[in-house]
Order: sequence, then C-alpha cells, then structure tokens
Amino acid sequence: MSILIDRNTRLMTQGITGKTGQFHTQTSRAYANGRACFVAGVNPKKAGEDFEGIPIYGTVADAKKATGASVSVIYVPPPFAAAAIDEAVDAGLDLVICITEGIPVRDMIRTRHRMKGKRTLLVGPNCPGVITPDELKIGIMPGHIHKKGPVGVVSRSGTLTYEAVGQLTELGLGQSTCVGIGGDPVNGLKHIDVLKMFNDDPKTEAVIMVGEIGGNDEETAARWVKEHMRKPVVGFIAGITAPPGKRMGHAGAIISGGKGTAQEKLAVMEECGIKTTRNPAEMGRTLKSILK
Amino acid sequence: MKIHEYQGKQILREYGVPTPRGFAAMTVDEAVDAAKKLGGKVWVVKAQIHAGGRGKGGGVKVAKSLDEVRARASEILGMQLVTHQTGPEGQKVRRLLIEEGADIRKELYAGMVVDRGTQKVVLMASSEGGMDIEEVAAKTPEKIRKIYIDPVQGLTDADADEISLGIGIPESALAQGRTVFKGLYKCFDATDASLAEINPLIITGDNRVVALDAKLNFDDNALFRHPDLQGLRDLDEEDPLEIEASKYDLNYISLDGEIACMVNGAGLAMATMDTIKLYGGNPANFLDVGGGATAEKVTAAFKIMLSNKKVKAILVNIFGGIMKCDTIANGVVTAAREVKLSLPLVVRMKGTNEELGKKILRDSGLPIISADNMGEAAEKVVAAVKGKR
Repeated sequence: MSILIDRNTRLMTQGITGKTGQFHTQTSRAYANGRACFVAGVNPKKAGEDFEGIPIYGTVADAKKATGASVSVIYVPPPFAAAAIDEAVDAGLDLVICITEGIPVRDMIRTRHRMKGKRTLLVGPNCPGVITPDELKIGIMPGHIHKKGPVGVVSRSGTLTYEAVGQLTELGLGQSTCVGIGGDPVNGLKHIDVLKMFNDDPKTEAVIMVGEIGGNDEETAARWVKEHMRKPVVGFIAGITAPPGKRMGHAGAIISGGKGTAQEKLAVMEECGIKTTRNPAEMGRTLKSILK
Repeated sequence: MKIHEYQGKQILREYGVPTPRGFAAMTVDEAVDAAKKLGGKVWVVKAQIHAGGRGKGGGVKVAKSLDEVRARASEILGMQLVTHQTGPEGQKVRRLLIEEGADIRKELYAGMVVDRGTQKVVLMASSEGGMDIEEVAAKTPEKIRKIYIDPVQGLTDADADEISLGIGIPESALAQGRTVFKGLYKCFDATDASLAEINPLIITGDNRVVALDAKLNFDDNALFRHPDLQGLRDLDEEDPLEIEASKYDLNYISLDGEIACMVNGAGLAMATMDTIKLYGGNPANFLDVGGGATAEKVTAAFKIMLSNKKVKAILVNIFGGIMKCDTIANGVVTAAREVKLSLPLVVRMKGTNEELGKKILRDSGLPIISADNMGEAAEKVVAAVKGKR
C-alpha cells in the first residue's frame, strides 16, 4: 500500500506539449509502471494529436471521459496554472499535483476558495510531486534514488526531500510514498493532511517530516501528531540561520512578525513527541535510530 | 517588491484612501519648492527608504517655516539612516517626501497580509497605532482586531464597521472607515500586494480618517501583470549583489558570515547554511542556483559570491536530480578557472552521474576538496577557513 498514488493510478498531464511537461512526462513514464499509468494529455489547441502515443484532449473533462483518468499533473506556466487547477477541480478529478513554480498568491487564494466543498485534493503548487517507489512517479524528482519500503516522507522543499530520501535509501530504508507539498504560502495538502494519510496507511511504519521557516503548518501538524499519530515521526526544519524578513527562495519561506522561526517550530515538534534533528545530514540516521 | 511611502500613498489615493497632500523631492531645493506648493504653516520632512522605523532613526522631522524645511531636508537627504530594519550600516537617504502637517487626535493601525492558515487576506487593525505592531501583538493581542476577507465578496460594509468600532473610530466617522478599509482591500487585491500597512492611520481633530503612512509590498510572482508597478522599483534600495544575481536567475541573499555556499534548491540551500553553522562556521550567503545550472550560470554565481570580500571559502552542495552532477562539475571547474579561484573550495555532489562528476573534479587538477555528505562538507569547509587564519 501507499498513499495518494500507486500502480493503479491513471493520470493525465496538463501542459503535456510544453518543454517541461514533455520532459517530465517522459521520465515519469519511464519509471516503474509509468507507461500504463500516463494515459492522457491536455492542450486545448492540440486535441486529437498525441505525445509519443499518449492521446491529447482539449479539456480535462474530455480526457477523463475518454480514458477514465482521475489524477492530473500540471506543468502549465504560472500565469495560467491556477486556471488549470480550476479546470481539473471542475472535472471532478480525485487528485491534482501542480508542479508549476511562481503562481501569484492571489490566484491561489481564489483557486483554494473555489475548491471548498469539492472532492479534489491538491498537492502543490511549486512542488516536486509525489512518488510511490517501484510503482509510480508523478513529478520532477529523480526516480532512481528511491527504494520501496516503510518510511513515509513529507516535505515543503524539493532537493531537501531528495536529500532525506537519499539518506534513507543509503541506510537500506525504503519509502512507502514521498510527498512534496511545495513551498508556496497558499497551497493544497499540508503536513497535517499527509501525516493523517500515513497514519492510516498500513505499509507506512514511520515518517520523516521536513519543514522550513515561515507560517505555522509544522506546529499545527505537530500538535495533531501528539494526539493522534500511532507511528514515530522524525522532523527537520530548514532555516535556523535564516534572518527575519528575508524571503529564502520559496515564497512561503520567510520569517515575518517574529513568527515562523525554525527554533519555534523545532521546540513545538519536540514537545509533541517528534524526534527532531538540527543536522540535515542526520535525517536518515535519526529515523533509523527510532525504528526497532 | 517594495516601494517607497510616497509611491504607496499615490496608489492608495487612486483607491480612495485619504492621505495628507505631499510631494516627493530628490534635492533640497525641490523640498522647499514642494513646501511652497503645499502652503500652510507646518510641514513634515520624511526620509524615503524602504526600511521601517524611520522616525526613531531621525528620518522624519517637523518644520514650521520654509527655512526649517530647508534645514531639515539638508540634514536628512544623504544621511545614512539607521533603523532596526536597516542593519548597523544604515541606508542612504536619496529621496524625501514633503507633506502638509496633520492634526493628529488619535493614532491607529491598519495592515493587510495573506493568512496562510485560512488562505485568505486578513485585515488587522488596532487602536494602538504608531507603535511597533509586533510589540502590540506580543503584549496586548486583544488590542488587535482581525477580519478574514472572503475572496469573492471582498471586504463588506459590515466588516469595515466592525473593524472601525473595534479600534475606536467614532460612529460619526464610520463612512470614512468604510472608504479607508474597502479602499485598502481593493488596492491590495488589484495590485497583487503581499503586504499593505498604514501605521499610523489617524483620526484628525476634525474627525477625518487619514493614512499618515503607507507601506506596500507586492508579490514578485504577479509583477508580470503590473508593468506600471515594475516602474516603481528603486534599485538603490536593493543589494547590488542580489540585483546582479537576479539577472542570471540566481536566488542570492547576502549574509554576514565567511563561508559562501552555492546549492540547488531553496530548502537544501537553507539546510546547507544551517549545517555550516552547526559545524562552527557562518554562512556568507544564501544562493539557490535553481534547476538548470549551466557553466555560465555557475561562473556568474562564483563571481557574485566572491565579490563579497568577507568570504574565506566556498561550499558547493548539489543534489543532482534532473540536473546532472557532471554538468555541475564542468560548471564548477570552468568557473573556478575563470575567476582564478584562490580560496578553498569544498564540493559535495550527490545523485545523477555522481561518479562522473567527481571524476571531472579530480581530473581538473584544481585543489578542490571533495566530500561525500553534507556534514562532512560543512566540517571540511569550516576546517579550511580555520586553517587559513
């Protein structure tokens, strides 16, 4: 088992004809069961054509109807990406994974508001995607560093997630599913949502949660862990050395009004029984130390 | 992106928010002319820099004659204004705002930001204006009123009235409160602002509600649809190294330490800074080279890092996913040669084509120190700096 995606997922790529969409659809399709899973592409101007044998439809609704795909991955450029999410939500998909970086916050506020009461889950935007090792990779992460196993990974950042995964794999610890929730201030699934899924997933035995400065999503998740989580959680927060008021790359990674510091987050996480490390080189070993 | 107070007030006026009359001035003569044009007997000379806390730092002065306007303007213009937001070196004042004096009866606070928890814009207001609002929030949180704004409805009359009454705007001035708060939200929404702050928002002796200050920041990701706002950018207020970096699509922020670092990905870049600190060093910068680091980009990154004279060593930390380690290795070798690098360079590389990348570094003949993991890399770069002392 796994969370969100597995070998039976059928999905479409929105923005399949752009350079990024093409490249990552190719590499994702080449990973594990990708060939069977990627069943459609969407581009309103290229309906009826195909991308390396993947049929292209004019709308998400058409693609869903024709292929039964219930998940989409979005590589549409930032000015149009929020509208692409809206379209997938309106078509009633189960899950939308938006890789696009640089979407205006105002667009995401509107899109998230529209999503209220709808069934669709959103991962991202500005995220590496989701991978269930040996089954399906949806996104831009390097597939080969992953290994199937019992550890769930949830993270706000891209390469730092790969770092955590790389360490686990080197220690012989595989992953159930790795979820990059993205570095934007207004996004879809948060740490807490993904932790709930890992808690319910029989194949996940422990979780690594990687956070960064800004906001208080990690604190919210930690408090939930204290009350409900039945599995051990290891945590790391990037940005102990980040000065306040400076945006550290991600739109969401900023300490403002004295809130959202790494120290504060780590303190709350520890209080809630999460085993934290201040050394990002030790994420894997810290997790190993708590497994029997 | 940040803009100046006078620019912010100009924008607020377009959305109906009342502000004092005023003119920007780049020279002392312009300042005096501005005061003449305004007329009256009292003027305020305000330093225009992007940092807050200008009043406490001596950048805001009242003048009661044209001679005083001239004197205050000459003092402030060109001064190195130090506030709690500028750092100890301060920021040079190059622009002034000359405003008519205001009859302040009460100082209030109004601010707007995006609230991540509710995923809405939140209007925050307080009866305790003029002060550091973070202090008010910490000491007397009950004095801050909040309204989470529905993105479809926008800020309603009822919302505005609730805020007004909550912060002591008299009932007779509720209509003005609506004008201010609804105008502020319209402005926030229409300009893709990330922060809007009026501190203080004042009630005048004759019961008018006026924005005495204006601070607007905009969402960089939305600037593409606001060419008018892009024109308000003041490069003098930004770190020249950060400007240079942005030309190459590099995400760079100067810090105070002595170990420069170049990393791919924002999260990993922050984590690398943290690791340097953990092993007893101090990072000189944050630098995310992003996804597609070409030799040209890496060379630009090296030049930018090295133009910080405090730097004593460089740490490169790359997790190659899409970006291949051999590509980065070639970039690093080219860059090190081109800038004739004489400082210790530690490279840690992981991921796609890792062995090939390491071989390129070894075969380059350059004295590159290689490391297998982040901890080792940080340890080696800190040792290299200490060894140099």
